[in-house]
Amino acid sequence: MTDTVERKPAAETITRVVVRFAGDSGDGMQLTGDRFTSSSAIFGNDLSTFPDFPAEIRAPAGTVNGVSSFQVQISDHDITTPGDAPGVLIAMNPAALMADIGRLEQGGLLIVNRDSFVQRDLDKVGYLTNPLEDGSLSNYRVVEVPMTSLTIQATVPLGVKNRDAERSKNFFALGLISWLFSRPREPTWEWIATKFGDGLICAANTAAFNAGYHFGETTELFDHAYQVEPAKMRAGEYTNISGNIALAWGLVAAGQLAKLPVFLGSYPITPASDILHELSKNKHFGVRTVQAEDEIAAAGMALGAAFAGHLGMTTTSGPGVALKSETISLAISLELPMLLIDIQRGGPSTGLPTKTEAADLNIAMYGRHAEAPLPIVAAYSPSHCFHAAIEAARIALKYRTPVILLSDGYIANGSEPWLLPDVESLPDISVPFTTELNHTAPDGTAEFWPYQRDPETLARPWAIPGTPDLMHRIGGLEKRDGSGDIDYTAENHERMVHLRAAKIAGIAKDIPPVEVVGDADADVCFLGWGSTWAAIDAAVQRSRRRGVKVAWVHLTHLNPLPSNLGEVLRAFPKVLVPELNLGQLCRIVRAEFLIDAQSISKVQGLPFTARELEDALDAAVGIGLGSAPTTSNGATS
Amino acid sequence: MTDTVSLTTKKDWTSDQEVRWCPGCGDYGILLAVQTLMPELGIRPENTVFVSGIGCSSRFPYYMNTYGIHGIHGRAPAIATGIAVARPDLDVWVITGDGDGLSIGGNHLIHALRRNVNLTILLFNNRIYGLTKGQYSPTSELGKITKSTPMGSIDHPFNPLAVALGAEASFVARTHDLDRKHMMDTFRAAHAHRGASFVEILQNCNVFNDDAFAPVTARKSRAEMMIDLHHGEPIRFGQDGHAGVVMGSDGRLRIVEVAEVGIDALLVHDAYRDDASLAFALARLSTQQAEYCSDGWSPTPFGVFRSVERADYGSMVGAQLADASSKRGPGDLRALLQSAGTWQVS
Repeated sequence: MTDTVERKPAAETITRVVVRFAGDSGDGMQLTGDRFTSSSAIFGNDLSTFPDFPAEIRAPAGTVNGVSSFQVQISDHDITTPGDAPGVLIAMNPAALMADIGRLEQGGLLIVNRDSFVQRDLDKVGYLTNPLEDGSLSNYRVVEVPMTSLTIQATVPLGVKNRDAERSKNFFALGLISWLFSRPREPTWEWIATKFGDGLICAANTAAFNAGYHFGETTELFDHAYQVEPAKMRAGEYTNISGNIALAWGLVAAGQLAKLPVFLGSYPITPASDILHELSKNKHFGVRTVQAEDEIAAAGMALGAAFAGHLGMTTTSGPGVALKSETISLAISLELPMLLIDIQRGGPSTGLPTKTEAADLNIAMYGRHAEAPLPIVAAYSPSHCFHAAIEAARIALKYRTPVILLSDGYIANGSEPWLLPDVESLPDISVPFTTELNHTAPDGTAEFWPYQRDPETLARPWAIPGTPDLMHRIGGLEKRDGSGDIDYTAENHERMVHLRAAKIAGIAKDIPPVEVVGDADADVCFLGWGSTWAAIDAAVQRSRRRGVKVAWVHLTHLNPLPSNLGEVLRAFPKVLVPELNLGQLCRIVRAEFLIDAQSISKVQGLPFTARELEDALDAAVGIGLGSAPTTSNGATS
Repeated sequence: MTDTVSLTTKKDWTSDQEVRWCPGCGDYGILLAVQTLMPELGIRPENTVFVSGIGCSSRFPYYMNTYGIHGIHGRAPAIATGIAVARPDLDVWVITGDGDGLSIGGNHLIHALRRNVNLTILLFNNRIYGLTKGQYSPTSELGKITKSTPMGSIDHPFNPLAVALGAEASFVARTHDLDRKHMMDTFRAAHAHRGASFVEILQNCNVFNDDAFAPVTARKSRAEMMIDLHHGEPIRFGQDGHAGVVMGSDGRLRIVEVAEVGIDALLVHDAYRDDASLAFALARLSTQQAEYCSDGWSPTPFGVFRSVERADYGSMVGAQLADASSKRGPGDLRALLQSAGTWQVS
């Protein structure tokens, strides 16, 4: 520390920066990243985040397996991704350095907690020599800060025990980075006070945060601070939103817009549990949540609630989708509205629970016995999860069908600023319950036919218990068209199979046609779905700025597909389909439209970087010398 | 209530569907008992839901002129939980069997009982898989020869009442398909109980497991083999009540001659006792215990084993919703969207 109080040069203004916080699972890196994000959001930057953490709650301390990272891009202009390569990496220990140094851009700023670079910690990850001393980091601007000891110095005088004092070091790091990027301190002070009350922990964290901030201001390790100006964003009221919270709010909104109580049956599973948590907090909206005994029961309860007239839903991830499959088939046979929300993660089996993948399109499309089609809606960004939830509910209610809503770990945990929608402008998705007899028997008596379909939508009536005279029994056995009585006859079964399929196919008339983004006369068109939206968006913008023509179509509805999709895609000589799987949508459009679409595949538990897609585009248009990932027809990768 | 609930007849509860069980099946007697009972309960068909799984017994909802779901194998308690929690105003009945409720659906059954969801659960126990044509079930006795156990079953059987009691069920009873009055009395008590009511019905499958319970329930056996439980009364049975049940100093229940021990020595039934251990001991006094299977039959208790008051799940869910609304006011979507903090861009 120095006693000088001379002012440093004014902060340098930069347009964007990518910062990555990396430390032990127990170091509080997610919290640190989240707070930096929040103060940036309040400051008015556009931003996008990428939490990246292990499945283990506390892997052995100091090991590479236990490294938890949080990457955020803040910008003075519209951005959609958390950035390809960080320009700033904060490494709290040697394990974090080892895990993440490969991501840091050449010449980037590396800030390390020097106190942790001792022999024991170096040994744990197998560094034979200290990377701070052996010259291996010479391509980076390395700043060594004794964060642990400075934190202890700042907090022990308050009465914090030595043993506990170092636990505030993430707030020291947050303070340091807050100074480096000229973040306002008030939001963090307020947050610490709200979170930790007025006790010793609050005081210690505040002291550590201030110590980090002042350390940046007064030391000569950094020659100056940086400033990222607020982005020029559309006027209005913003909040910083993650996908799971947006999805939960979308479900609450869907209940309000449908004028129905929301009923969630759910079993805890990563990365979907936050939706259960958030809905459980909103009982004053009449939202019922039941943490079921298993995934199957969770779906069964949602279906029962739907029969009883609620907006029934169940949330899960891949393994849970498999378990719910039979119940979804029953919902298809009963023709009742219900939502299955799948927050996809790496698989098969337990796979990569905390890492992202978008490989459940196949199970969503085909993962049921027999002919059992259902509509599929996919969210493409954290804030879009809100609207996707409403759209999924709209389709389920109008067509009396289970709908699968796909999100994934990347957008579920990632966050972005969200211009709040005008609540008044959200669509009315309510549907009437049937209360009247709807059929006349040959002898002239009026009766109720539970499978008497609406000629337009092919939806059957939704008559709920409590409605006089409309008592009816429905089940998984094949039902006679119209009356709904059990009927095993050949002609009836074939008719019912076709009717169920036609009902779902007909939804294509009720969803918007796709629109082409970018150059309509390009040779190459990206076709995307889900969270690849961000990377495709960045790649398309950058490529077009470089003068490379490219078009882009992004799908929200995966079944049925928009009615103009085939015609749109056939206009392009090349169609590239980036997916975090081995080409599942690619195979569907090849089969559906007989076009030679090519898959761009990535299954690393990570989202695409914009650079990877730019490279694939360059290769497709014949630029560059083959540094791009290979494309394929989706059969192999 | 009498103003709004008009009287119904058995016909009002009978659907127009042709009953498709095998001739002679015990299920007919159970259906008749339920249809005969319903008008007495002062409820309406449109406010009643029957939910079943898969199996012969699970066809039951088709024959009731109420709302109904014929679900998937084992999942009826889960589907019914959704209905009952969403709509506490409805009477929800679950129809299940020994395979449906205790094998593939065992998990849902025990959790519905533990949560005390307001359901009336009727488990038809015929100790066999009938719909799939004769494989052994979780209640089949050791040594049972079936198509899938040609050398005899080596699976230790469940005692359904012991399972229910172990799952913290608040109402547990047993009846059998040959005594319509006893069934109706038992179902009436089960329906009156708020929370999860579990009734095991010993039911004869005359095609694949005929006379499975005849040594106990046949007319000529009943007097000596059936023990009628009545709350607050000494547990006696047999011709002129000559036999009774005592608890020995080792904690075991024993069948005794009343003349030898005196009436004051008999165990007095207490269905309302919070502690379930007496109900559990009585449940184990059964022909379905493995120890009785190899060397004969035991007198078997019938009636209400346990009936205790415990808040039902749907009411507690409703209470939390009401509490949240009174503290926070009704939900306001705009306020929800602003709840994580917002900023203005101008």
